Amino acid sequence: MEAEEARQYRARLKVFLGYASGVGKSHRMLDEGRRRKERGEDVVIGALQRKRDPSLDRLVELFEVIPPLISENGKDAIDLPAILRRRPQVCLVDGLAQDNPQQAPNRKRYQDVQELLGAGVNVVTSINLQYIEELRAGVERITGKRVSETVPRSFILSADEIEIVDVPAEQLLERVGRQPDAQSAAAERRRLSQLRELALLVAAEVVDHELAAYLKDHGIEQPLSTQERVLVCLTARANFETMIDMGARIARRFSGELYAIYVQQTSLSPGDKAALDARLERARQAGAIVEVLASDEPTDAILRFAREKNVTHIFIGHSLRKSWWSRLFGNPVDHLIRNAEGIDVCIFPH
Amino acid sequence: MGDDGSGAKGKLKVLLGYAAGVGKTYQMLEEGQQLKAAGVDVVIGYFEPHGRQQTIARAEGLETIPRRKIEYRGTAFEEMDTEAVLRRHPRVCLVDEFAHTNVPGSEHAKRWEDVLRLLDAGIDVVSTMNVQHLESLNDQVFQMTGVRVRETLPDWVVKEADQVVMIDLTPRALLNRLERGVVYAPDKASRALENFFRESNLVALREMALRQTAHEVEIREVDPDQFWRFARTGAAEGEPAERILVHITSHPETANLIRRAWRIAEFLQAGCLAVHVRSISSRTSPEESDAIEKHLRFARDLHIETRVIEGDREAESLVEFARMNKVTQIYIARPRYKPWQRLLSTNPVHKIVRLAPDMRLIIVAERRASPAAPGSQRE
Repeated sequence: MEAEEARQYRARLKVFLGYASGVGKSHRMLDEGRRRKERGEDVVIGALQRKRDPSLDRLVELFEVIPPLISENGKDAIDLPAILRRRPQVCLVDGLAQDNPQQAPNRKRYQDVQELLGAGVNVVTSINLQYIEELRAGVERITGKRVSETVPRSFILSADEIEIVDVPAEQLLERVGRQPDAQSAAAERRRLSQLRELALLVAAEVVDHELAAYLKDHGIEQPLSTQERVLVCLTARANFETMIDMGARIARRFSGELYAIYVQQTSLSPGDKAALDARLERARQAGAIVEVLASDEPTDAILRFAREKNVTHIFIGHSLRKSWWSRLFGNPVDHLIRNAEGIDVCIFPH
Repeated sequence: MGDDGSGAKGKLKVLLGYAAGVGKTYQMLEEGQQLKAAGVDVVIGYFEPHGRQQTIARAEGLETIPRRKIEYRGTAFEEMDTEAVLRRHPRVCLVDEFAHTNVPGSEHAKRWEDVLRLLDAGIDVVSTMNVQHLESLNDQVFQMTGVRVRETLPDWVVKEADQVVMIDLTPRALLNRLERGVVYAPDKASRALENFFRESNLVALREMALRQTAHEVEIREVDPDQFWRFARTGAAEGEPAERILVHITSHPETANLIRRAWRIAEFLQAGCLAVHVRSISSRTSPEESDAIEKHLRFARDLHIETRVIEGDREAESLVEFARMNKVTQIYIARPRYKPWQRLLSTNPVHKIVRLAPDMRLIIVAERRASPAAPGSQRE
């Protein structure tokens, strides 16, 4: 239980994630601070947004605010030395993704937050989806806008807790102002909804990591996940294109994972090898995680892989040709179906 | 929200959570307060205070329609007085616990039926539910938590909602609330902590709620064109139309099979129908008939079209029906093999595959509670 202990002694980071400005992240962050303060924790504000909704003032007034160290060109750097001297239990830091002014010791605000955590100060902060480095390109495709200030995804994933601030796009549009006409309003609503969906899925991914860590800490070997995961089993003759397309479709629709494996029993001729490589490449292009396993017992190798990756569907080809061997001793597909505990098996005849 | 008195249907907003105590009811009342402040005529149709002080305080100043008292087996129960709400006819009605089962003697068996009545009458509704109350997730929830949730609602009811919003709270914060007695009274809280509220359960349910909400956003807002094109033609653009057939038998895992097939159909935007092949020559035992009837009814409750056909060669009739109905995928429960059925000629899987080389066959495995799942409790 070492990990559990380590977690107890390290300061904790909590992130409120929103999909656009105006969803109410700052409000939720301040409200969290208020509740902690009411429970007797020592809470201060380390950073506020310069432009903020006046309705937040009522909450801001409840706290001691540590003024910024440097303010320049509309940018503030939090006063690390002052906060560390003051040593609160919890520091609220709005606008996690902001860049610091040039003279500040750290270039980015999240680096200041890292120092606070390292010094044992718990931090509650807020960020917009579009400022997560790895999502920037995707968000840019949706909004057509490029942001320069970003935080690496690994930092968000390292948070002890992440909470999503979810509001329907329609409601957000009412809140932040009307569009000139119905058409642009509809387009904006769709854009915001795409961001909203993405934010929900990012949060789900963070939670999935959390679940895996929890199970590991508690010595639970069996993986447990709520995600749909498709495993496509490649063979020499299977109707591969259909299988991989269908697998990709399910994975996409469920925001799940797609795996494609080939179990190698004997060494392949150069021609077969080339054909296999082409198939594996095609699977990769469809978004599959591809692996080649070596085993004399293909069915067992497939089942082992499926359990390890927590697969929910196995796609397998089934030859219609009847061999005397399978008549007498059973077909490998039967063996797979009988032993696929909790996993659906989808047969593609060929 | 919608128009009043124009004959238009009311709009439904569902606040989705993953456990008691995440703040769904509080948020519902908060929205009620905001609507009232904006001059909208809003009433509380039903709200479950659970003795939570902050929540009760949030209801203050909102008009409440008195509940209807119903006596059942000598005990008095209270339910939403749907008729009274209809007579009062507010613009918006707040109705807690969407998946709730009404006490016998109520007009409707389920609260969601009351809500549909309000919507039909042009009243907007804000309601609350947890992700584990979705029928199609029942087996997955059981697998993850070991808890068989009894109070479920068919997914199509949630599809009636105009908006689904995730009410999020981290499990740690929720457990905190529970320990401090905010959610339940102390004795109930310690029992809850041991069972449904175990941290791994909460984390898993939360992930399911996030994914479900993402899906609800996708079908309503992100890709509505796709959604409507599907509604008209049964196929999304650039993708072949899929049709799923569920084979209904007396097999004890048929409910799981139906839910699983239904969920895949819903996500693939595929058509879904169910069929039972009734034997002409051999007699079915009363137990088997009851089970089959129950399974057919269950499929119909999920709005799956069901048929019963007659034939003595089950696999042949099933495949013939599938081909006539342009089915692309046949779903069956995992057969309980008897040793001789390993031979190809009598093995149902091989029979179907041989008869239907133009379709895919999906063998759905039963979902057992994972060893990581702690619960044996029922919610």
